[in-house]
Order: sequence, then C-alpha cells, then structure tokens
Amino acid sequence: MGKIAGTSSLQAVDLHCVRGERKLFGALNFTLRSGELLRIAGANGSGKTSLLRIACGLLEPTRGEVRWGGKDIRRLQEEFWRQLVYVGHANSIKDDLTATENLHVACTLAGVPRQAAQIGEALRRLGLAGCENLPARVLSQGQRRRVALARLALSKGAPLWILDEPFAALDAAAVEHVQDLIAEQLSRGAAVILTTHLEARITAAAALRIDLEAT
Amino acid sequence: MLAALRCVIYRDLLLAVRRSSDVLTVLLFFVIVVSLFPLGVGPDPALLRTIAPGVIWVAALLASMLALNRMFASDHADGTLEQMLLGATPLGMTVAAKILAHWVISGLPLVLISPVLALQFDFPREFLWTLTLSLAFGTPVLSLIGAIGAALTLGLRGAGALLSLLVLPLYVPVLIIGAGAADAAVSGLGGQAQLLLLGALLVFAGAFAPWAAAVALRISTE
Amino acid sequence: MNWFKYSSPQTFFPLAGKLAPWFGVLAAITCAAGLYLGFFVAPTDAQQGDAYRIIFIHVPAAWMSMFLYLVMAFWAGLGLAFNTRLSGMMASAVAPTGALFTFLALWTGSLWGKPTWGTWWVWDARLTSELILLFLYFGFMALQAAIDDPRRADKAGAVLALVGVVNIPIIYFSVKWWNTLHQGASVSLTKAPTMAATMLTGMAVMAFGFWFYSIAAALTRARCIMLERERASEWVGDYARRSA
Repeated sequence: MGKIAGTSSLQAVDLHCVRGERKLFGALNFTLRSGELLRIAGANGSGKTSLLRIACGLLEPTRGEVRWGGKDIRRLQEEFWRQLVYVGHANSIKDDLTATENLHVACTLAGVPRQAAQIGEALRRLGLAGCENLPARVLSQGQRRRVALARLALSKGAPLWILDEPFAALDAAAVEHVQDLIAEQLSRGAAVILTTHLEARITAAAALRIDLEAT
Repeated sequence: MLAALRCVIYRDLLLAVRRSSDVLTVLLFFVIVVSLFPLGVGPDPALLRTIAPGVIWVAALLASMLALNRMFASDHADGTLEQMLLGATPLGMTVAAKILAHWVISGLPLVLISPVLALQFDFPREFLWTLTLSLAFGTPVLSLIGAIGAALTLGLRGAGALLSLLVLPLYVPVLIIGAGAADAAVSGLGGQAQLLLLGALLVFAGAFAPWAAAVALRISTE
Repeated sequence: MNWFKYSSPQTFFPLAGKLAPWFGVLAAITCAAGLYLGFFVAPTDAQQGDAYRIIFIHVPAAWMSMFLYLVMAFWAGLGLAFNTRLSGMMASAVAPTGALFTFLALWTGSLWGKPTWGTWWVWDARLTSELILLFLYFGFMALQAAIDDPRRADKAGAVLALVGVVNIPIIYFSVKWWNTLHQGASVSLTKAPTMAATMLTGMAVMAFGFWFYSIAAALTRARCIMLERERASEWVGDYARRSA
C-alpha cells in the first residue's frame, strides 16, 4: 500500500457562515494535515453540511477562506477538485443507470477513469456482488449508499476525502467496511473530513474534532 | 478531459434512451402546437403557406423551452450535478457537453420532423431545406441561451413559468432571423444571409453561453 | 473624498437619505420646466399639430429606459466581480424605475400612435424593442423576487442582466431588420421634419428631470432594501430606535 504523493494540508482561515438570517458559525479555524482525520460534530442544523460544502468549494463562506497547500481553493478550482472526493448527503446516483454505469460516470468525471473490473471489485468490497448490473432504482436505500461509497474504494489516490454522513442508512457490516476504507486511506497519508452521528472507531495518526455548537 | 465530455454526452443520451417518453412528449407537443394553427386561423392554403415558417418556428421555440426544465433539474435533485461541479473538467466544458446532449435529445427531433409539418401547411417543397437548415442552426442557439435560464432558475418554486419569462425575450433574435430565412427564400431573396447570421449567432452563443450557464449553476447550487 | 467609505450599506444609508430629497426637488423643478417648454413654448408642428407634444415625455422616457438597463447591468456586474453587497442592492433598486420608464415610453408611444398612425399599436421597430426591453426588466425583477436568499438573488440577477446587455443590441438590430423586411420604413418618432431648437431644449430638460427622478427613486428604494436586508444588524437597530 503506497503512500499518496504530494499531499497538501487543508487550512480553514476565519470561516464565517450565515445562511438566511441564521449565523451558523463564525471565526472557525483549523488545519488538517496529511494522515489526519477531522470529525465534525453538532446537532441537526448546526451547519455541518454547510461547513463541508464550504471546504469543498461548493459554498462560498460569508467571510474567510479555505486553503489547500496554502492557496485559496477558489483560485485553484479544478486543480483542487481533482484531488478531492466528496460524498454528499445525496448519493449522486442516477436511478436509470446501473451501479457500474453510475460509478463509471462518477470516476470519469473525477478525472480517474476506471475499468469495469475495478468497479466490480469495489462493489464486491462493499457487499454489492450481484448488483453490478441492476438499475439503481431497484436497490434499497442502504445499497444505494454503498454504491455511492464504492467510489471511495476507487479513489485511493485522492489526498482529500470529504464525507457527509457516510454511515447513514448502512448496516453494521457495511459501516465496518467503510471504516476500514477510511483507516486505510488515512494510513496512506490522505486527510479525511467527515460528519457522523455514530461514534466511529477509526484509527488515525491524529483525530481532530470540531463541535459546532461550541463555536 | 475529452473522455469526461464524451462520458457526459453518452450518459445523458443513455438516460434519454431509458426515459424515451420524455423525448417523445416534447416532439408531440411540437406537432400538436403546429397542428392547432390551421384550426385557429382557418384552412386557407395561401394563408397557411405564408404563416408556415413563423408557426413552425414559434412552436419549436415553445417546445425547446418546455424541455429546458429537465436540463439540470434531475441532476440537481439526485446530487450528480454536485459531482459535475467538483469534477476535474472545467464546468463550462461539462455544461457545453450537457447542452449538446440536450439538443440532440430535444432539438434534433424537431428539426427532423419539421419538413413533414411544413408540408401540412403546403409550404413550397423547394424551400423546405431552407426551413430545415434554419431550424438546424437555430435550435442549438435556443438550447444554449436556454441553458443559462435553466441554470438561473434551478430549484426555484415556479421555475417553469419564470424560465419562460427569462428566456423568451432572449429568443427574439433567433426567431426573427430563423423564420426570416424561409420567408426570404419564398420571396425570392434567398435565405443565405439569414442562415449565415444564424450560424454567427450559434458560434457566438456557443462560445459564451456555456460559461455563463456554468457561473449561473455555481450561484444556484450554493 | 474616499469613495470606498460609502461602499458599505451602513455608511451609504445616511448619505442616500441626505441626497434623495435634493434630487427629488431638482427632479420636480426640471420636469416642471421641461413640461412648460414642451407644452407652451415649443411651436405647434405643421404636420402633426399638437399631438406631437407627447414626445417631450416619450423620447426622454425611452432614453432613460435603455440607459437605466445599462446602469442596472453596471451595478450588477460590479457586484458579481467584487462581491460587494451595495452593488446588488443598487441594481435591484434601479430595476423598477427602469421598468416604469419603459412602460411610460410604450404608453406614450401608443398615445402618439393613435392620432398619427390611426392605431394604438404599430409593430414599429422601436416600439417592439421597447416591449422586449420591458420583458427583460420583468424577467430580472421576477427572478430576484423568486429567490429567497438575497445573495443568490443579487448574483443570479447580475448574470441575467449581463446576458441581457449583450443581447439588447442583437435584439434591437434583429427587430429593426425584421421591421424593414415586413413593412416600409415607417414614420419615426424622433425624425420630426424640422426639430426646432425649443423642442430640443424641452426634451433635454425633461431628460434631466427624469435623470434626477431616477436617482432620487433609486436612492430611496435602495434605502428600503438596505433596511430590509440588514435588519439583523446593529446599525439598523440604532436607526429604528432613533426614528421611533
């Protein structure tokens, strides 16, 4: 298992976020280095998803900036996104495409095209053997989540993973698999940010935690 | 990057094939609207011949607008749009690929069926190609301009009606020049000037509209 | 004078409050003078009689309608480029005034058309472009009204306004071309055979009056928008307490 080359650190500088009338958080600072895990905690509506979307560059912070390797991600754009894997609230799956097709499209868009064999391997790893060629529409909620997370098994070269509630709708076995995937990725030198309600057991060189209610 | 663009086009076409009823709805809408005009203005062949290009063009405008809603909405709903925003390809290129696919799905069928509809109006057969060509050049412009509107109204309540308010005034030049092409051909002036103008509009819109739509998408998905 | 000082709503609000009444007064004076010039001083037209006098409102209104779209797009573009809050507010504040002048130009054009052409509406190139301009204004306002988040509303409106600005010349020329194809050149509103100097002065004075009115109206509306959007902030609270 080789280390990922050229990892950078993700730095949040004085982030403020106001959505509508509500101030979600203010003056948030953190630095996430290679191999570190950041868990964002907080009740529903405390701004966890907003923070993740800001870290991805999907949402512009009301004030402050996010830096990747010292450069503002709004400047880097595709250069940053090429190194990022984001699994959001939505599974980003097309109902009319099969699990394999969905992953094929997702990987190609991310700039790392994968062969059908690799995709099949990733799906099997998440316990979806036999579902490769079923349209996503017939899969259960938990199975769709697994398809979305199978992208992780296909993105071992990405130095930054940002996962929004990755364990939602998963059964115990699948949670175990995904935790293993994250731990492996951390040991490879990637940085991972996630939100979760579960007390996840993931071994990491350093585990940071941000509690959004506290800020 | 080309692989990603090919993949986007292939994906959208594949989705359209698996949901072919959507494609057919737009086409049927076009046919029905055009067929309503003789019922409204009377079956006088001389009148129908004169209004044919205008009617077909207006109907094509409305039909392609009807299809616009779907350009980004379903991708927005299931989250795949977010993945495109975070893709390794510049968003403007991805959007251009999506617009191309959208045109093949919703614009090209209109172009192909238009000669048949024109014959219903007893439109002179020797000028059919001018009408068809004008639609072939014009409908991609409609998809390009429409993409900006579709991106701006993404996820808003009453997006459909709002979209038509935003986009229809911007369609005016395409309508005038497009319908003018067949008119000019019939009146003996030849439609080449209009077709060239439509081509120029297509190049202009093709160069700028995808980027404007990309900016609009980023704004709408915040 | 440091202009950037006034780029935040908090400092711009009192300035706008001070300036708006003055521009209002100026507008009233110049409009009164312009109307006097137009209705009493300018000579009766040999061909059109007194009916032509509507151009003292129609032409300046048409100028303003187009110019205000540019002003709106300028503010919108500024807001999009520099992410300033005030620019978006100014763009939204200008839009209704622009729509008002567009409507006024259409209405007076129609009033002028009845005695001159014998019909309320003619698909004249200018009138048609003006009608499309009105739709563009409506589109801008409808889009902003449909979006709840003011930041998104500003940015989305800005994209639309800029796309509109690029399109306006194309629309204008295509409509003009369409017009010449379908009917012979019609009598143009501004091509009065001989424009007496007093007529020109009257129109210029009216144009200034409309200018001042637009500034006063835009500043006043911008003040309302500022209060509404910044209602959670401290300075609005202070203002509310002081004026209560």
